[in-house]
Amino acid sequence: MSDGVGTMNLLMILPLAIGALLGLYLSAGSVDTTIYLHGLLLTAFCVVFIFRVIQSDGKTGGPANPNSSIDYNDAVVRAGVIATTFWGVIGFTVGLVIALQLAFPVLNLDLPWTSFGRLRPLHTSAVIFAFGGNALLMTSFHVVQRTCQARLAGGYAPWFVFWGYQLVIIMAATGYVFGVTQGKEYAEPEWYVDLWLTIVWVTYLLVFLGTLWNRKEPHIYVANWFYLAFIVTIAMLHIVNNLALPVSWFGAKSYPVFAGVQDALTQWWYGHNAVGFFLTAGFLGIMYYYIPKQANRPVYSYRLSIVHFWSLIFLYIWAGPHHLHYTALPDWAQTLGMTFSIMLWMPSWGGMINGLMTLSGAWDKLRTDPILRMMAISVAFYGMSTFEGPLMSIKAVNSLSHYTDWTIGHVHSGALGWVGMVSFGAIYFLAPVMFNRERLYSLRLVSAHFWLATLGIALYAAAMWVSGILQGLMWRSYDVLGFLEYSFAETVDAMHPFYVIRAIGGGMYVVGALIMAWNVYRTARGDVRTEKPYVDALAQPASA
Amino acid sequence: MAERHVDQLSGTETTGHEWDGIRELDNPLPRWWLWIFYACVVWSIGYYIAYPAIPLVSGYTKGVLGYSSRAEVQKEVAKAKEAQSEYLSAIEAASLEEIRTKPELLEFALAGGKSAFNVNCSQCHGSGAQGAFGYPNLNDDEWLWGGSLEAIHTTIMHGARNTQSDDARVSMMPAFVKDGIFTRAQAGQVAEYVLSLSGNATDQAAAAEGKQLFQDNCVACHGEGGVGMTELGAPPLNNNIWLYGGDKETIVESISNSRGGVMPAWGKILDAPTVKQLTIYVHSLGGGQ
Repeated sequence: MSDGVGTMNLLMILPLAIGALLGLYLSAGSVDTTIYLHGLLLTAFCVVFIFRVIQSDGKTGGPANPNSSIDYNDAVVRAGVIATTFWGVIGFTVGLVIALQLAFPVLNLDLPWTSFGRLRPLHTSAVIFAFGGNALLMTSFHVVQRTCQARLAGGYAPWFVFWGYQLVIIMAATGYVFGVTQGKEYAEPEWYVDLWLTIVWVTYLLVFLGTLWNRKEPHIYVANWFYLAFIVTIAMLHIVNNLALPVSWFGAKSYPVFAGVQDALTQWWYGHNAVGFFLTAGFLGIMYYYIPKQANRPVYSYRLSIVHFWSLIFLYIWAGPHHLHYTALPDWAQTLGMTFSIMLWMPSWGGMINGLMTLSGAWDKLRTDPILRMMAISVAFYGMSTFEGPLMSIKAVNSLSHYTDWTIGHVHSGALGWVGMVSFGAIYFLAPVMFNRERLYSLRLVSAHFWLATLGIALYAAAMWVSGILQGLMWRSYDVLGFLEYSFAETVDAMHPFYVIRAIGGGMYVVGALIMAWNVYRTARGDVRTEKPYVDALAQPASA
Repeated sequence: MAERHVDQLSGTETTGHEWDGIRELDNPLPRWWLWIFYACVVWSIGYYIAYPAIPLVSGYTKGVLGYSSRAEVQKEVAKAKEAQSEYLSAIEAASLEEIRTKPELLEFALAGGKSAFNVNCSQCHGSGAQGAFGYPNLNDDEWLWGGSLEAIHTTIMHGARNTQSDDARVSMMPAFVKDGIFTRAQAGQVAEYVLSLSGNATDQAAAAEGKQLFQDNCVACHGEGGVGMTELGAPPLNNNIWLYGGDKETIVESISNSRGGVMPAWGKILDAPTVKQLTIYVHSLGGGQ
């Protein structure tokens, strides 16, 4: 063992040892079962990590292609491919379960752990933070290395980020099922999980910055601007929204430092920018690398990428108050949220234009390459939902759409269409590369996944549009004498057929994801499916 | 400066940068994109002039239209109240019988009663007032506390077995087995007798045994032959209408541990005209006496 490796190991082992002791201390003094179990989990995590560090003796992962001239850390990206696929399947499946619970309430099973109220945050966290978060870790670690021509910085640090993030997911998910939540949408985990995530996230930022610092290229590629904006802003949002005082240092419960409308505004400043910086900026980073690579075409406009990046970053952060139209929030703040959402329309579309126009000169590949087709439709869904968003932020529209299923439909056309599809594209791109295989196991299965997912989203979004608008109209319907026309229960009853259609659409999306998981697994094993080549002779243009 | 390079397909120059094989074209911003962006900014500035917008040290700019979402709600609520005020004051002044016989008031009261029922009552009594386990069906002509306009009005105003109103409907059947009055076997016999009153008994011998127990313990409230007594809220037992179910097991449970449903005193929650409208509506459902 060289001195350098020894120092690096010590740098990892010391804080992990402190973490292990802290976990034991929390467990020993715990006032509730959750802290007891999560303390032990933290200890187990740190102890296993220390053993892995000692065992690996400074080897933190090499390039997938042994002939690579640069010593990339592809092992952590490969782990990301597996984690993203795994959490995708889990998250979508839980989504299907709660969709079915809404259509058939008996599926709550009358048990606290399986009730909608606890499974719903499990679904949202699993798809946004577990699936989406791992997709962002996976791709950012890949893209930053390739576009900087440099190895990931920090030795074991990327591994700590990867596994530490998985621990966040496990603690959050088990906490929800036990009924532990701070009741803030998309920020449900309690204070101790928030603190752990902060440590993981700051390490992530340092790894990313360190890699940029080591770059061999004179300029920083646009995808990395988006990744960096995402990492920095999420750190800020996460810390401010989760400022809270624990009731006991040995208990799960805490209370936020903000109260009333201030708390609501902070929450939606966080919540909207979780969409803006996690699900938009971060995934634009994915788009900016994988679409030009897959299409083998240059990015459409460098100038557009600069202007839409800065305008998006500047405008997005103010749009949160549109979640609180017609509430106790002062009128001027509602104005702010609405106008900035409208002004955000074109900056959002800048990304769509750059993504789609990059395909110009390669449109024929949409027919021959189902992976590129997946990426292209994700950008189309991105464009659709970033038009729908500003539309719904207009107060007059919002007075109909707010609190209805329209919002759910909007979120899912963005989440399933944009975030999901572009991540699938990246997974299909990365699976053969990261496992050093010649090609993907099957392109036909990619095409099947594409159609299942696309039709699934169409069913989902259409059902939620109809149901949302119907719901909104029923709520505000008065008879000629000025009395409310419908009871709430009647509006719930009217939703039933749409909830069934939504669950069917969601089911198709889950099946698509399972097909992807199979495809990735067989690719990893190095198998190639015996199938008719994706583009058959008949589809080729007739030769003269 | 990196060397610029011309893309063969589009004939456009690239910026000269390259990352992992990715280049960037030097295309200008699309004009339509830029102009829509400007238009959105200009529209927003116009909105700031017209509507509440800029926060100041104390307060904020109110905008030239003088819009306020709170004032808007108050205006709309006032307008809605104004539109109904004539009917509401007429209903407040009229007796229940007068409302029922004046077509114009009746139409209004039925619409208002239905709406108030949907919002406040349907959770327990069902959207169609069909009732549910432990919650009476309001469409039939069996009434625990009476089905006249006055009786229904009193029940809605004061509710049943609550702590909100001193005039709440209260009756309490003993828990015959729990309180040690009957043995478990005797409860079964009484249940068989109760079933025999509606011709549903399966064990005639047990029913005969139960008859005497019924005479000694139940007749005081449920009446001879189980005809019921609305003054005491004691339901008739000689028909096939059951609040908790008419199978033997459920009846044994009712006898053994008693029942006692609770209803809020709506007079404490809703205003007087609304309670009157509810009364008219419930009375009209089919069983009003």
